Amino acid sequence: MSEVLTAPLVVEFPFTRSLGPVQRAFLTGLRERTVLGVRARDGRIVVPPAEYDPVTADELSDLVEVAPVGTVTTWAWNPAPRRGQPLATPFAWVLVRLDGADTALLHALDAPGPDAVRTGLRVRIRWAAARTGAITDIACFEPADGEPAGGPPAAHPGRFADPVTGITAPARLDYTYAPGRTQSRFLRGLAERRTLGERCPACRKVYVPPRGACPTCGVATGEQVEVGPRGTVTTFCIVNIKARNLDIDVPYVYAHIALDGADLALHARIGGIPYDRVRMGLRVEPVWTDGARYPDHYRPTGEPDADYDSYKELI
Amino acid sequence: MSGTASAKEPVAVVGIGQTKHVAARRDVSIAGLVREAAQRALEDAGLTWSEIDAVVIGKAPDFFEGVMMPELYLADALGAVGKPMLRVHTAGSVGGSTALVAANLVAARVHRTVLTLAFEKQSESNAMWGLSLPIPFQQPLLAGAGGFFAPHVRAYLRRSGAPAAIGSLVAYKDRRNALKNPYAHLHEHDLTLEKVQSSPMLWDPIRYSETCPSSDGACAMVLTDRTGAARAPHPPAWVHGGAMRSEPTLFAGKDFVSPRAGKDCAADVYRQAGITDPRREIDAVEMYVPFSWYEPMWLENLGFAPEGEGWKLTESGATELGGELPVNPSGGVLSTNPIGASGMLRFAEAALQVRGRAGAHQVDGARRALGHAYGGGAQFFAMWLVGAEPPPR
Repeated sequence: MSEVLTAPLVVEFPFTRSLGPVQRAFLTGLRERTVLGVRARDGRIVVPPAEYDPVTADELSDLVEVAPVGTVTTWAWNPAPRRGQPLATPFAWVLVRLDGADTALLHALDAPGPDAVRTGLRVRIRWAAARTGAITDIACFEPADGEPAGGPPAAHPGRFADPVTGITAPARLDYTYAPGRTQSRFLRGLAERRTLGERCPACRKVYVPPRGACPTCGVATGEQVEVGPRGTVTTFCIVNIKARNLDIDVPYVYAHIALDGADLALHARIGGIPYDRVRMGLRVEPVWTDGARYPDHYRPTGEPDADYDSYKELI
Repeated sequence: MSGTASAKEPVAVVGIGQTKHVAARRDVSIAGLVREAAQRALEDAGLTWSEIDAVVIGKAPDFFEGVMMPELYLADALGAVGKPMLRVHTAGSVGGSTALVAANLVAARVHRTVLTLAFEKQSESNAMWGLSLPIPFQQPLLAGAGGFFAPHVRAYLRRSGAPAAIGSLVAYKDRRNALKNPYAHLHEHDLTLEKVQSSPMLWDPIRYSETCPSSDGACAMVLTDRTGAARAPHPPAWVHGGAMRSEPTLFAGKDFVSPRAGKDCAADVYRQAGITDPRREIDAVEMYVPFSWYEPMWLENLGFAPEGEGWKLTESGATELGGELPVNPSGGVLSTNPIGASGMLRFAEAALQVRGRAGAHQVDGARRALGHAYGGGAQFFAMWLVGAEPPPR
């Protein structure tokens, strides 16, 4: 069988970010419908404000307020917005130089079509109805043909009541995960409750789970070798604190188990014996539950313990 | 190599800076955090941003804190605009390997003065989540972070016959050392050995007080050549040897208690530095000890004690601040752990010691010190040996 497994893998986490003084003023300002920039050492007004000078690396703190209107400096049409983008309908990504600023801000422009967008187009901010102190407080820009120029940048203390000090920056990555031919073979064996390792043709070591290649010799492993089902506890720990997302009552034993015929240990839980009776050298066998991909845990076989010398190289 | 023109340029550490490490630095952005350490390193070196030729940065794996391109985001804060900027990436050892990349750029005369820096803000993320992504078809990890390390500690106990109390001695010593280090995260003034020994057993045989904290912090160093060292306002530390080694996280025959890559890395560093008896010739060691038992384990791996006897050095008091071979005078990873910066903090402490600038945690008369970092499930090792004198020509 050459069928290879795949499955979705979604990696997402709500990272948090402390803002520091400059970003704190900028994002709190957006909440108050005020756009702040910072004056760089060469006099340019940088929007959004940089914390450190892009030329001299000096710390910057000289905040100024710029206008909520500006000019498109360049753009790209987005015909198919994706999840999490500023608008659900087709829109233009635009760089907007706000009046009073010397640099451009990246955002979305709500326009009926690409024909309505051009470099030099005058645009204004459309503020979000509910604002929290985030870049999304600017819902988007909208065309504002003929909008007069805003005034010159005005010094601003950057101080607001109840400032925003941190944001949540959720990250999400969508993968299609393919474990590959070797692991697919291994999983098909497990489905029959057989553990199939693979032997390195050079060093003769048997890898379980197999990885398709020997990490020491760098050659492909092809020869399948059935190992176990019994094995020896080489070492272990007793887990006394509940790990997040794990529905296992503590204390329990987390062990390294060298299956008979394998040249390195795999990791599994030990059951069927009080946690404080588990020891190195204990002989164990897998306990399966219906429908599970892996053994639920391993339990003692009742055999005499393995001699230390028989497994010490596998620790 | 032939002739002096092709010999390596001696590398000097002339600036060291770090933040006060804490559980959460909510007052600064990540840029503000790294800036603070870098600024302090520049001040120590008596230099300005314009006198830095290149920047080498390291951090923890991307999922640990969600910063995918620190070299891009932090260029302004680190004065890297218009200069070469490199990023180094070797899991928990990254702070060490980052410093070595910077040192090699000076040694090879690619750059004269290099700023190197490493950081992590653990409070804005979750390292354990980053380590346990739900990979389809794979068996989930059944224990927390300590569950990865504790079985190896038990294997060490079995192999060495060490008394069960050794781990607590290390934790108590390192936390006492941290009280002398104003930058250390944990300052547990009321800690006693009894409290360590009665703290909850989390992953038997590892107790709560024998584990590292979760910290926000950054560390920076300025490395330069002989000309730069001659101009430095304070005594430099000279790099006498530096090496990195890697091995797979898992392979048949891997020795988790004393990994081959660690032994080889140390041997390479000693060869470069002309060290034949590390225990006698090295005055202080700052090693990456995330769980207390790793002190005796690394003492053996790094050649300070014969196999199975590292715990005897710890038990004898030799590794205390006033001992014959002080280990982790800064308080170590057990007292401060911004993961991405932890390796560089070890390297920086070794340099502080031989510069005589370690303050209250100074080892008297330290002339040669070893900085050690490791990471990625004992996959990556990085070490350097620094001295108060320039390396012999």
